[in-house]
Amino acid sequence: MGNEYFSMTDIVKTYHVGDEDQMVLKHVNLTLEEGEFLSILGPSGSGKSTMMNIIGCLDSPTSGDYVLRGRHVGRLDQHELAQIRCHEIGFIFQQFQLLPRLDAIRNVELPLIYAGMGKKERMRRAEEMLHRVGLSDRMHHYPNQLSGGQQQRVAIARALAANPTLLLADEPTGALDQATGKQVMELFHELNEEGRTVIMITHDLGIARHARRVVNILDGVLSEGVSAYD
Amino acid sequence: MIKASLSMFRENVNMSVTNVLHNKLRSFLTILGIIIGVAAVIAMITTVSGVTGEITSQFSALGADKFNVTVTGTRLKGGLTTQEVELLSGLDNISAVSLSVSSTVAAKNGSEWSEKVNMEGRNTVYFQKNEELIERGRPLTILDEEQKTRVCLISSDLQKKLFYGEDAVGQMLYLGGHSFTVVGILSTSTRDVMAQALGMGPNEKVIVPYTTAMRLNNTAYIRSLEVFVEDISRMEETIDSFEQELKAVFNGHDDTYSVINMASLMDTLDTITGMMSTMLAGIAGISLLVGGIGIMNMMLVSVTERTTEIGLRKALGAEPGQIQLQFLIEAFILSLMGGVLGAVTGVLLSMLLSSLINTTFVINWGAIALGVSFSAVVGLVFGWAPARKASRLNPIDALRAA
Repeated sequence: MGNEYFSMTDIVKTYHVGDEDQMVLKHVNLTLEEGEFLSILGPSGSGKSTMMNIIGCLDSPTSGDYVLRGRHVGRLDQHELAQIRCHEIGFIFQQFQLLPRLDAIRNVELPLIYAGMGKKERMRRAEEMLHRVGLSDRMHHYPNQLSGGQQQRVAIARALAANPTLLLADEPTGALDQATGKQVMELFHELNEEGRTVIMITHDLGIARHARRVVNILDGVLSEGVSAYD
Repeated sequence: MIKASLSMFRENVNMSVTNVLHNKLRSFLTILGIIIGVAAVIAMITTVSGVTGEITSQFSALGADKFNVTVTGTRLKGGLTTQEVELLSGLDNISAVSLSVSSTVAAKNGSEWSEKVNMEGRNTVYFQKNEELIERGRPLTILDEEQKTRVCLISSDLQKKLFYGEDAVGQMLYLGGHSFTVVGILSTSTRDVMAQALGMGPNEKVIVPYTTAMRLNNTAYIRSLEVFVEDISRMEETIDSFEQELKAVFNGHDDTYSVINMASLMDTLDTITGMMSTMLAGIAGISLLVGGIGIMNMMLVSVTERTTEIGLRKALGAEPGQIQLQFLIEAFILSLMGGVLGAVTGVLLSMLLSSLINTTFVINWGAIALGVSFSAVVGLVFGWAPARKASRLNPIDALRAA
């Protein structure tokens, strides 16, 4: 605790829509410490997805400085960005994004292929991860044979597989019913308590409150706390 | 590192096979162009080379080991003398010379006669080189040649006409007013049967020693030679030196003779069939090209369909190069499948064709290698652009497309 995980300084992201420039992130400053559990709360169109893409090194800011574990992301090339996505960040998406033609274990194995791990080691690790999320009995089921909650747990196992330092979840409960959503949140808590940094992006205040720290984003402006909702 | 990229490669192959097999019908329709192209290449090349082989072997049966010389001579010297022929026979690499002195004579036996009979003066070589020439009796000998004996072999058609089909061996016959003894009957050749079928009339022919024929015709000249060589590979130089010698004999006039060489005829044949194969392969190549465009189309569709998957893979840490490799391998496997299926189809097709046109079927591995490797190359070339497109997709755009 106490070590800086990343810092964002004066981040601006502008999209060109037609002839107009649309500023989606307006001079955002955010610092995150290792081991934190942060929620980024905002309604749709507020810029929270853009935040996630920039944090996850899937997109680069128009201006501003983003330093992730001591590295200036803006100065990294394609290869280095891929390495960060591979080893540092575990993505979890609202629509799970499992590959339908692969069974659970092979979905979980996927990031390990890109991490360059050998086949035996990959299978062992993928099994371990599925066991961790409580799906030991569903290893060879295909996504369409699994419930939404199970699919999201496979996705979480996949995000965990390469042992990333940060879990980055985009509306992880958005496609789940309340009870299942709650189970997934409990899993997040456990993972956070194990020492993993977790960032969750959501529009749901109830879900956001699971995190120890909540920041609020509205029209591209980031502010600490949930004031806008109170 | 090498082990890791090898494992990555294997995974890529696995994923590609899964994807290709998942869309069975579409994959099949896509590679249909390649299948047809490769099958066409193999069937065409195999069939053409089979036919060429057949023709070539028939031609060499006619005599690839010899060349024919026809002498027209000059006004003063109407051909080659016996001495000159002997001189020419002694040249390097020449094994034997068969010669012929042709003329037409009247033949008569008792009250039966034929006005125009082809009389061929031959030497012993002619009989050595054509073993199935005689049906009954004996060939001409050196003795016959040297002593200019009046013996002859007659065709069976002539036997029928002059001897009522009775055995003529040992009988007497008048040729141009001179009496000859019949020593043999010539067998009926395929050419005779064909000539008769074409309505060219009976083959009335006698063969006598060439020396006898020359005396009978009152000529000192021989105008037609068949020269046999020992080493076929040295045919060209043998012909050259033979022509040099002929030219010398005719005091430098090189328009007094012509040389026809079976090998050069076969060369021409080879050139023609080679051109034919190239042309056919070209047409088949166009079909492969069209097949390649089909693959490119499917790969582009596949990239578009799997935009989300590509985005996800990138989010999971795939590098652009790895994405490109995956799609390239997929295109490669697709076209390779087309190539292999095409090869099987092509071989079956050429088996069918060879049994239809009655040539012997030989698997042409060269053609198969050509077809399959060409199809693989087509896959790589046409898969490259879609693969590159996939690798350049922005992961966010890709994920958002869902």
